[in-house]
Amino acid sequence: MIVADRKPVEEIMDMVKDVSSLLILGCNECVTVCEAGGKKEVAVLASTLRMSFLNQGKEVRVDERTLERQCDHEYLEEIRNIADQYDAVVSLACGVGVQFMAETYPRLPIFPGVNTCFLGVTEERGLWTERCQACGQCILSQTAGVCPISRCAKRLLNGPCGGSTKGKCEINPDLPCAWQLIIDRLAALGRMDDYEQLMPLKDWTTDRAGGPRKVVREDVQS
Amino acid sequence: MRLNYPPDIKIVRVPCTGKVDLVHLLHAFEKGVDGVFVVGCLEGDCRYKTGNLRARKRVEQARAILDQVGVGGERVGMYNLSSGEGPRFAQYAMEMDEIIRRLGPNPLKAARKPKAA
Repeated sequence: MIVADRKPVEEIMDMVKDVSSLLILGCNECVTVCEAGGKKEVAVLASTLRMSFLNQGKEVRVDERTLERQCDHEYLEEIRNIADQYDAVVSLACGVGVQFMAETYPRLPIFPGVNTCFLGVTEERGLWTERCQACGQCILSQTAGVCPISRCAKRLLNGPCGGSTKGKCEINPDLPCAWQLIIDRLAALGRMDDYEQLMPLKDWTTDRAGGPRKVVREDVQS
Repeated sequence: MRLNYPPDIKIVRVPCTGKVDLVHLLHAFEKGVDGVFVVGCLEGDCRYKTGNLRARKRVEQARAILDQVGVGGERVGMYNLSSGEGPRFAQYAMEMDEIIRRLGPNPLKAARKPKAA
């Protein structure tokens, strides 16, 4: 999932200091799971803003709504009839949702309420870690299901480097060395012969280096 | 036991303090209450293991937010006792009542009052 983290309230307050009506718009997908932008977080932020405005003597209407997703047209259309009631929207969706909202409602100011961080997993409640950089050409079959692009600080294709010590990365003693994980898993799978195969240069044109990307599937287009 | 505690305290019963969400605390202040104290079981004695520990975290979060918006984080507190400690409940109630009286009314109540024409 896409992992996001809450923005400091002061930053959000500064974005919306001049509005007189505001919609806090949550998303029921990834940001709900990582507890940054779901219905609950919408309620907390809206309540915080209402109290803050009231205490400053400002009359600001702050409403709450959470959509199933903000990255699909059909769900964004659900607020078509109410969107013009607001001076601005604070979207607690990831950066994708914020942008799609802005594209769908060109005359409505949309502010981001979270910082979008990475594609990752919930290791435990309150701990999310990165697993994928969406490089566009998956090599997990060669690396025993552990991604060196996202989990090795140097994105090495043939590792580990000299900075790997006791299974940890030199940049942080708490960070497992991705290549140590790969080797351990290859050994567990009885595939250590694969480790001897040098990985060729990776085609990075499918990564961000090639500019914004798109996936076109004519077979499913209507 | 017939213990006395301040009469303007309204008790909201919950199955476990773990049920008390951050937004419940915030909504209470938004609606104008002067203070809230959450009373949970003793730490380590939660029937649901961590309900009271979670409640304490939420109380701390509420404190931070109330400080941020100018309502005052001191207005929310957390106490722990066992269900047999009636006198201690009364003592905590009086303690919280004293804190709130010192702080005065929730400033949002005055802010919400319609201005004189």
